[in-house]
Amino acid sequence: MSNFRIAGKGRVNRSRQVRFSFDGVDYTGCEGDTLASALLANGVHLVGRSFKYHRPRGILSAGSEEPNALVGSNRGNGRFEPNTRATVLEVFEGLKTESQNRWPSLTRDIGAVNDALYMLFSAGFYYKTFMWPKSFWDKVYEPVIRNAAGLGKAPTAPDPDVYASRFAHCDVLVVGGGAAGLAAALEAGRSGASVILCDEQSEIGGSLLSEPTAEINGQLAWDWLEDTNAALAAMPNVTVLPRTTAIGYYHQNFVGLCQRLTDHLSIVPDGAPRERMWKVRAKQVVLAQGAIEKPLVFAGNDRPGVMLAGAARTYLNRYGVKVGNRVVIVTSHDSAWHAAFDLAKAGVEVAAIVDVRGTVPTQLVAAADALRIKTLIGWTITGTKGRLRVSSVRVNPVTTGGKVGGAETIACDALLMSGGWTPSIHLFSHTQGSLTWNEDGQMFLPGRGKEECRLAGAGKGRFGLKAAFEDGAAAGAAAAADAGFTAQPASYHVEGELSFTGVTGRELPTDRDPGHAKAFVDFQNDVMAKDIRLAVREGFKSIEHIKRYTTNGMATDQGKTSNINGLAVASDALKRPIPAVGLTTFRPPYTPTSFGTFAGYNKGELFEVTRKTPIDGWAAENGAVFEPVSLWRRAWYFPQVGEDMHAAVARECKAVRSSLGMFDASTLGKIEIVGPDAAEFMNRMYTNAWTKLAPGRCRYGLLLGEDGFIRDDGVIGRLSHDRFHVTTTTGGAARVLNMMEDYLQTEWPDLKVWLTSTTEQWSVIALQGPNARKLIEPFVEGIDLSEGAFPHMAVATGKIFGVPTRLFRVSFTGELGFEINVPARYGRAVWEKLFEAGQRFGITPYGTETMHVLRAEKGYIIVGQDTDGTLTPDDAGLSWAVGKTKPDFVGKRSLSRPDMLVPNRKQLVGLLTSDPKTVLEEGAQIVLDPNQPVPMDMVGHVTSSYWSAELGRSIALAVIQGGRSLQGQTVHVPMPDKVHAATITGMVFVDPENTRLSA
Amino acid sequence: MLLIRCPYCEAERPEVEFTYAGEAHIARPADPSALSDEEWRDFLFIRTNPRGRHFERWRHMHGCGRFFNAVRDTVTDKFAMTYKAGTPRPSDEEIALAVSASSAATPAEEARP
Ligand SMILES: [Zn+2]
Repeated sequence: MSNFRIAGKGRVNRSRQVRFSFDGVDYTGCEGDTLASALLANGVHLVGRSFKYHRPRGILSAGSEEPNALVGSNRGNGRFEPNTRATVLEVFEGLKTESQNRWPSLTRDIGAVNDALYMLFSAGFYYKTFMWPKSFWDKVYEPVIRNAAGLGKAPTAPDPDVYASRFAHCDVLVVGGGAAGLAAALEAGRSGASVILCDEQSEIGGSLLSEPTAEINGQLAWDWLEDTNAALAAMPNVTVLPRTTAIGYYHQNFVGLCQRLTDHLSIVPDGAPRERMWKVRAKQVVLAQGAIEKPLVFAGNDRPGVMLAGAARTYLNRYGVKVGNRVVIVTSHDSAWHAAFDLAKAGVEVAAIVDVRGTVPTQLVAAADALRIKTLIGWTITGTKGRLRVSSVRVNPVTTGGKVGGAETIACDALLMSGGWTPSIHLFSHTQGSLTWNEDGQMFLPGRGKEECRLAGAGKGRFGLKAAFEDGAAAGAAAAADAGFTAQPASYHVEGELSFTGVTGRELPTDRDPGHAKAFVDFQNDVMAKDIRLAVREGFKSIEHIKRYTTNGMATDQGKTSNINGLAVASDALKRPIPAVGLTTFRPPYTPTSFGTFAGYNKGELFEVTRKTPIDGWAAENGAVFEPVSLWRRAWYFPQVGEDMHAAVARECKAVRSSLGMFDASTLGKIEIVGPDAAEFMNRMYTNAWTKLAPGRCRYGLLLGEDGFIRDDGVIGRLSHDRFHVTTTTGGAARVLNMMEDYLQTEWPDLKVWLTSTTEQWSVIALQGPNARKLIEPFVEGIDLSEGAFPHMAVATGKIFGVPTRLFRVSFTGELGFEINVPARYGRAVWEKLFEAGQRFGITPYGTETMHVLRAEKGYIIVGQDTDGTLTPDDAGLSWAVGKTKPDFVGKRSLSRPDMLVPNRKQLVGLLTSDPKTVLEEGAQIVLDPNQPVPMDMVGHVTSSYWSAELGRSIALAVIQGGRSLQGQTVHVPMPDKVHAATITGMVFVDPENTRLSA
Repeated sequence: MLLIRCPYCEAERPEVEFTYAGEAHIARPADPSALSDEEWRDFLFIRTNPRGRHFERWRHMHGCGRFFNAVRDTVTDKFAMTYKAGTPRPSDEEIALAVSASSAATPAEEARP
């Protein structure tokens, strides 16, 4: 491999060599290299194939704006990432990388046939080419396109890394650690303000890292930088975060920072987080993000070896790498001339500087002459050659009248271009800050802001080091002052400034047909200037539409290098000035950010809270299979050895119906409603009448929304005239309490009522079955459990096993039953005592599945399963629960709206399949005539469906239009295997006379 | 993430402590049965949905638990003021006063090329 490293140049650590691989070939780089600089040091420019046309592509930039050089990076142990920018990825010992979007190999790629077929893939090709025939879409076009397009391959294994996150507050957040950002941080830091300075690169310094010969206040740039970093490190009020990208700027100075912690390490410490999301709330923000160089738009501008001139200068000065042996410069801006000068001084042959401008500052021409560099002022570039690397360029003179003269060919192995610089206003744009078009600089600049935010330096169009330092210092001092500190901005003396004038952003003139020129605007999405012109010809006028039609600026780089060029081409085609065409909106994140960073700690067991009852541990020890119910995990069933779910549930059901079962009902929502107006409050909230409910008795409560639809239900016990024990559904507890609080606080603040969530204060054990009373009678103190004294729907306080209890005589199974509420800390002990004492009755713990079967056999509904927010009490067969003489309750008025009274509303009914062995699918649709043409008229759906061991057949509940009047009729349920017939029945399948409740 | 001032806690807290609760100043009719179907429909479903100044309700769910009212701009998301439930809709003057009294964002200086 050839070595393009230049002795005595750059900041990389030559004494620390690292070995890495690219496409299976081993290379050596230096500590401090990016993958891009290390590959260039080895003479490698070709690193990938483009998205649509599979054109060979190289390294365009030296920063996070890179559109081309995307690779797959493998950091070992399953740590694979696609689309890593080679210009950002730091090399380390053992790093494995590979090119993307090529097959079978990078140098021989079959997909490159797309390049020859480029006319097919012009703007809007997705919308036009594959429209016909329709049936081809799923089977041919879509899979083929999916296979051929796209960039890297997504990893298939779970991400093994951990990600951290933290909140931070500061007086001044400075984004960007270049000249402006450093000056701002220094001022704010010296003022005593708390400061966070972040920069996306591995080293703080920004463009100073590429300017070793500039002098700042009499010091060489890198010496100044070293002293400044030391000064900042010595300030306890300043936090400096390298490798940290400000990805999004949100309301009220809330800024997200993504800090990369371990991607650059060859050995990742065990458990060390890969990245950390900082959620920073700053009193003041200074954005010093610098500027991004624009490519020029001409035929063949995407060939490997064609690179931004500023990037070439960075590779030379910061990394000590020459990007070629014989380079040509093409530019419309002064700054590229300095790249030529630096390369020439480092011994690289500069074949020519082609400047498309008619006039160039004389000192630049003089400097070029002194270095014996040929200059072609007022020339254009009309083509490049070279299959996998540029080998020559085609240049032509342009007359003052705009005529393009005869071509000349210049051999080279690298072409460096500059179309001027675009201030990075992305974060400012996130804040909805307005932008103003600067005609002189041909750039958008920040206008009025919406946040406590300042911009400084090149990011605000103030180019050059002195301007950046002084603008940054002023911004930092002002930000500190606004945060309540005193600061006096320092002045800076700079020697060795670059020249920074230029023109920008038009497709370069050519003597050939621009309609066939492969002049790329968006390198990552393969959008050419002619695509944008085509979009305009087809009638697109808004840049937002042109962007979506051509996909210009829609790739992962969000058009950092292409937006302004695309806008200029569109502006020319529309014959309207750029500000009239408009700029597309920038959105977070600033650069691609891993999902892991957003997820942070919220993965695996920490993805969400798992609520467990006090009896959960017993269930786990006794072999329960669990299911999630809202945030709870609940015992689903308790299989014994050799049992599947079906067998376990059948056994559990039989035990409850024949003797005794026990069920952990602790997850039921519980709200204590207390106060002199408690009964009045209940009257207004629930459909039922509560005034006459005697203390010591319970009632089934039904809660509606104001729209008249069922929201929740539960058994409610009145403990005394001013105290109710309300239960809600497991999932509805928080919602119901919120709704109650809303009415109490905002509609009826005059009511003297207090609401307290008691869900987690009580453990609830449901004892169900004919032997329930026999089991607990010996252990209960202070409550007469006889049928006459403590009937169905009674509640009393007393003791069980010496523990205080609220004992409910209630049943969700149809059997004689109790719900034993004990303080949560006694829940497991009481459960175990009952289990032990219940052995003589064959007591059987059961889970939620058996609970569901038993309640369905009785036609008891589950709100949210049998109802879906569109069922009234009457729809659900619960008219009996509505206190019709009450003047008002939540939702009452809606029950008399005309559409609530129509006869064909969907009503809850029972369903029995013709084949008793068929268990219908819950959610299956119901039709009256199975032979009608598709699409069929669907009259309802199955809401609950189970195998009933008690009945030896399946049962189901369903909502069907006008269902109650269709009793006995046959309906049809299409399922994947066949269409099943079923008969509409009542909802109660077992013990319709309720004789067992009082056994 | 927004910062929201709870008028009961008299403190600014991050948005995650709060839940949104719909448009403000829509009182439940004292006697719903006296309303026509159209009037009841309007109460249930018809909201102003403005572009700009919106009177809305929030609850300091993970704080004091109180419901309160707020004036927020639906374009900028910016809160002009918050006030306790039950207090009348603030006038334009009161809102303007609240905006000028709060530490509203100082706009970034106009760009000077
Ligand atoms: Zn509060």
